[in-house]
Amino acid sequence: MSETTPMVGKSNGGIASRMPKFLRRADPAVLTAFACIVLLLFLGSLYSRSFLSPEYLLQQLKVASFLGVIATGMMLVILLGQIDLSVPWSVAAGAMMACAAAAYGPAGVALAIPFGILCGVLIGVVNGIGVAYLRIPSMIITLATNAVAQGLMVVYTGGFSPQDSATGAMRYVATGFAIPGVPNAVIIWALIGAAMVFVLTRTGFGRIVYGIGNRERAAYLSGIDTRRVVMIAFAASGGLSAFGGVLLAGYASKAAQSMGDAYLLPSIAAVVLGGTSILGGRGSYLGTVAGVILITLLQSILSVMQMPEAGRQIIYGVVIVAMLLLYGRAPASR
Amino acid sequence: MKDWRYWLAEQRGTLLALGIFIVMFTIYTSNHPAGFTANVVQTAANKGVLLAFVAMAQTLVVITAGIDLSIGMIFLLTNCLASWLVVGTPMQTALGLIAVLVVGLLCGAINGAIVIYGRLQPIVATIATGAVYYGIGLLLRPFPGGSVNEDLADALTGRVFGVVPASLVVLAAIVLVIWVPFSRSVLGRAAYAAGSSETAAYMSGVPIRRGKFAAYTLAGLLAAIGGLFLTFFTYTGDAAYASGNAYTLFSIAAVVLGGVSLFGGKGSAIGAIFGALAFRTIGDLLFVFDFDPLWQPLFQGVILLVAVSLGAFALFRVRNRLEWFL
Repeated sequence: MSETTPMVGKSNGGIASRMPKFLRRADPAVLTAFACIVLLLFLGSLYSRSFLSPEYLLQQLKVASFLGVIATGMMLVILLGQIDLSVPWSVAAGAMMACAAAAYGPAGVALAIPFGILCGVLIGVVNGIGVAYLRIPSMIITLATNAVAQGLMVVYTGGFSPQDSATGAMRYVATGFAIPGVPNAVIIWALIGAAMVFVLTRTGFGRIVYGIGNRERAAYLSGIDTRRVVMIAFAASGGLSAFGGVLLAGYASKAAQSMGDAYLLPSIAAVVLGGTSILGGRGSYLGTVAGVILITLLQSILSVMQMPEAGRQIIYGVVIVAMLLLYGRAPASR
Repeated sequence: MKDWRYWLAEQRGTLLALGIFIVMFTIYTSNHPAGFTANVVQTAANKGVLLAFVAMAQTLVVITAGIDLSIGMIFLLTNCLASWLVVGTPMQTALGLIAVLVVGLLCGAINGAIVIYGRLQPIVATIATGAVYYGIGLLLRPFPGGSVNEDLADALTGRVFGVVPASLVVLAAIVLVIWVPFSRSVLGRAAYAAGSSETAAYMSGVPIRRGKFAAYTLAGLLAAIGGLFLTFFTYTGDAAYASGNAYTLFSIAAVVLGGVSLFGGKGSAIGAIFGALAFRTIGDLLFVFDFDPLWQPLFQGVILLVAVSLGAFALFRVRNRLEWFL
């Protein structure tokens, strides 16, 4: 990581004036994240030649797109200065409900994907009501809805992995190739990402999101119905998590009990490592993209090295704390 | 006259939790097939005490307006460690006990150092350290197993004089040894003050950093005591991810039920203990009413959701709408 710090300095320092405009304007955190990606690719290629092959990279991008979709929703919520800890069971609920819908005849098959997403939106709406209207800390209410969603799914499945399998459409969306050579999942992530960038940078809604993240009081006093915006953001986050679950179910052809557990920390980490302030109000989607790819590569390298689960968790936690200490620190209070 | 009213206002959350617990426990025992016997109380106490320790730990951190999402993982890690170390001769067992408690302290101190001196958000920092602690636990116990000094385990989970559950006695002792001195010390006051208003506390020269650090560290210690007790009950160590997460979640539920404000600065560990006991009893009510155990996660989730939503009643007291957006 030490190689990357000079880059941070450059974008702030005197040399900055000689750099191209887009580099000068870029967030140092985003640059650091991209530099870490390059570093990881370099380390990976030392370990195995096939690390830089297009097939492998495309495969990584495909795996990253599931996390990417989920992290998009998480980013929206983090920009507000809130957090969504209901990701694990929003993902699982989306996947399970989409698979379950497939059991109800042709109409169910056709509506499987929207139904899965709808379930996620519902979880998000409950979160949104709690945070925006009841003023419950987001961390707490989302943990609670996560527990309720888990309870509902456990009751529904009887505690086992559900027997229903993913529909053809779900499999196609997750693993097919609409454009030769480009996995559908990557296209979907690109579309969702483009929509997110448009919403954040070109619409009033996006501006309000940043405004609320900076100071909700000020946004409210400017005559904005901040509570509605917060609620919509949480609903979107729930829907995107569920959609990520639908994609994962399509990828694995079925849903599983704890399939979402592996996505909570990575989605938060991807957003935060991408330079989005955990306090809200600051951050770019480009950074989140970098964070998602960074996390996916890290996971991939650890599994290529056949690191056992225990070691993976440890390295993972240490890397995230280390990178946050590098550039995710809150300003000194005095 | 005035004094006791202040005291009552301060203890309202604790007394409410105590009330909920008494009502729930009465319903529980009166519908239990065996009724109110020493055995039923002992089993209930043993289950409740586990959560009570973790809830006490969470309280310490929540009082400083932080949160520790790694608490369940410290609990797991110390459980796995205890299943290796707390065995053998009394001397070895004692050393093992100390080692486990020190590891818990260390985990808490690491959390505290990262949050306070590293200036990271407690949520993200403790989720990440939780992953590390879970990883170490899994390294120690890839498969459930191990053993524990069974004499000690049976003594601490049995009954004193044939009636009082020993685990409750230990819980009371821990409260007297750790919580009471801490909450009355300068550091404890500093932790409360930091949670109430960090700026004001800083301006008044309160040692907020040391207070918060002490709170996080002691939280690790209390979670380790919980982990030890888990080992005493199960005789094994088991790094189960779902169980660690569940304890983190339940600790928050217990804290909320126990009247500890999630915004910091208000509440006590004793309230959280009653919250934990009440939460466990409510969860177990399903069994005495012969419901399918499958419904338990949903039931507990709904209790948590309702408990956190009750806090919203404070909104009705808000005169100025701007206070919504603190």
